[in-house]
Amino acid sequence: MDRDVKISALNVNFYYGKTLTLKNISLDILRKKVTALIGPSGCGKSTFIRLLNRMNDLIPGARVEGQILLDGFDIYHPKTDVVSLRRRVGMVFQKPNPFPKSIFDNLAYGLTISGMRDKRFIEHKVIDSLKKAALYNEVKDRLHDNALMLSGGQQQRLCIARCLVVEPEVILFDEPAASLDPISTRKIEELILELKDEYTIAIVTHNMQQAARVSDFTAFMYLGELVEYGDTERIFTVPREKMTEEYLSGKFG
Amino acid sequence: MRQFRETLYRWIFTVLAFASLLFLTGIVLTLFRESLPFLVSHEFFDTVFGLYWYPTYDPADFGMLSLITASFVVTLGAMVVCIPVGVGTALFLHELASASQRAVLKPLIEILAGIPSIIYGFFGMIIVAPFIQNLLGVPTGLNAFTASLILGIMATPTVASLAEDALSFVPRSFREASLALGANRWQTLTRVVMPAAGSGISTAIILGIGRAVGETMVVLMVAGGAAVIPGSIFDPVRPMTATIAAEMGETVMGSAHYSAIFTIGLILFFITLAINIVAEIISRRFRLKLGLGR
Repeated sequence: MDRDVKISALNVNFYYGKTLTLKNISLDILRKKVTALIGPSGCGKSTFIRLLNRMNDLIPGARVEGQILLDGFDIYHPKTDVVSLRRRVGMVFQKPNPFPKSIFDNLAYGLTISGMRDKRFIEHKVIDSLKKAALYNEVKDRLHDNALMLSGGQQQRLCIARCLVVEPEVILFDEPAASLDPISTRKIEELILELKDEYTIAIVTHNMQQAARVSDFTAFMYLGELVEYGDTERIFTVPREKMTEEYLSGKFG
Repeated sequence: MRQFRETLYRWIFTVLAFASLLFLTGIVLTLFRESLPFLVSHEFFDTVFGLYWYPTYDPADFGMLSLITASFVVTLGAMVVCIPVGVGTALFLHELASASQRAVLKPLIEILAGIPSIIYGFFGMIIVAPFIQNLLGVPTGLNAFTASLILGIMATPTVASLAEDALSFVPRSFREASLALGANRWQTLTRVVMPAAGSGISTAIILGIGRAVGETMVVLMVAGGAAVIPGSIFDPVRPMTATIAAEMGETVMGSAHYSAIFTIGLILFFITLAINIVAEIISRRFRLKLGLGR
């Protein structure tokens, strides 16, 4: 199998204090593909995705074992620069979380924190990212309005745009549509399908149909373990594990 | 029977709830009534901007500018102390302190807030004032500088704990969003968390100021008590509150002096009212900005 691996998790264990919440996860995320993580609430899918940009570093008492390689380099190596890791691996959260700043400033933030001062360049990047996130036409006349005035769906696309500004290689979506209405959800899904030409994408969702619609590969997790991983089409049509089949057919979850 | 009890309870609590309104009305009415003779017989602006406070001379002088200036100076001085220390403490607690440091510091700050002001005054008088006098070689340690220092220390816990609350009200999601974009902790703090908490921190500062303006015991004990416009921060002063406390007991009820003291009280009341209104407006805007509703 010709596999162009972007991120590779090798025997990853994750502890909250003494509780083992991820058990021996090994999983490859392929370049410029969409990989979906599905499973019932509490199965560890969000925890896993937050390991990929080291967001779990913020949790006191968290501990990681095993390796996670980004382009072959261990992101948990003591010498890894977390700031540059997070620039390469962007994240969109479950609840839209724009800053209480203007639309423009929300996007410019990612550039100014790295020392960019060229106003023309910033403006160009902001507009470009808003266009990529399919939001520009809706907000072009009010770029300096507070971002919290936008609707939930628009806010989430703003968060995607904000993530695109810093030109990440990977984008992690942590249940990006969980708080959105069906129409906004569809826009987000369409966006993900467009973005995968340029970015490697991992998406956590507890909506199985969403995984089926947007992803190339699907990983099914249950109680902190990776139960099954493979082509989305194959997983949804001929799951190998009984548990996957039961989950997909709605017997639990 | 049950119906009756329900109604009874409802009435009792309604009355209790409106009691504070009653007290407030009573206080305001009293202040107005008692200061009215003075306000009628003296030109208000001449009084407020009058230079000489000689209430027991004949004829008496009721110029309040030195008292108002004194309050203003010591409050300003207190701000210079309590804003950096208070906000700094809040930032430390919020951002840098380990769990064990927090566990020690937070209760300590609350204890500091709970110490009666007379103890602060005592401390200022016995320890700080002589120290300042010797250190700087000023004629007396009981002066505006010492009063500012002690008031500032007193207001610090208020500022620190309210500012810390404001910082912790900032949703965690803002911090996460910032860090996920590759911002470091310092950038996240100064460019996302602090602006979001900005009006909350301002409210904390304003309420701290309110505390300093209204404080009586400390200024009575350490400000020196001279009703003269100070030439420097090291001169003794007599703030409005100290004037009221010192003179109320010695004046003849119903005299012009008596009424003048009430007028000072009335002015003080409006100053603190204004401070509270500003604090309320800012904190409301803060909650709206974070989408927390009212």
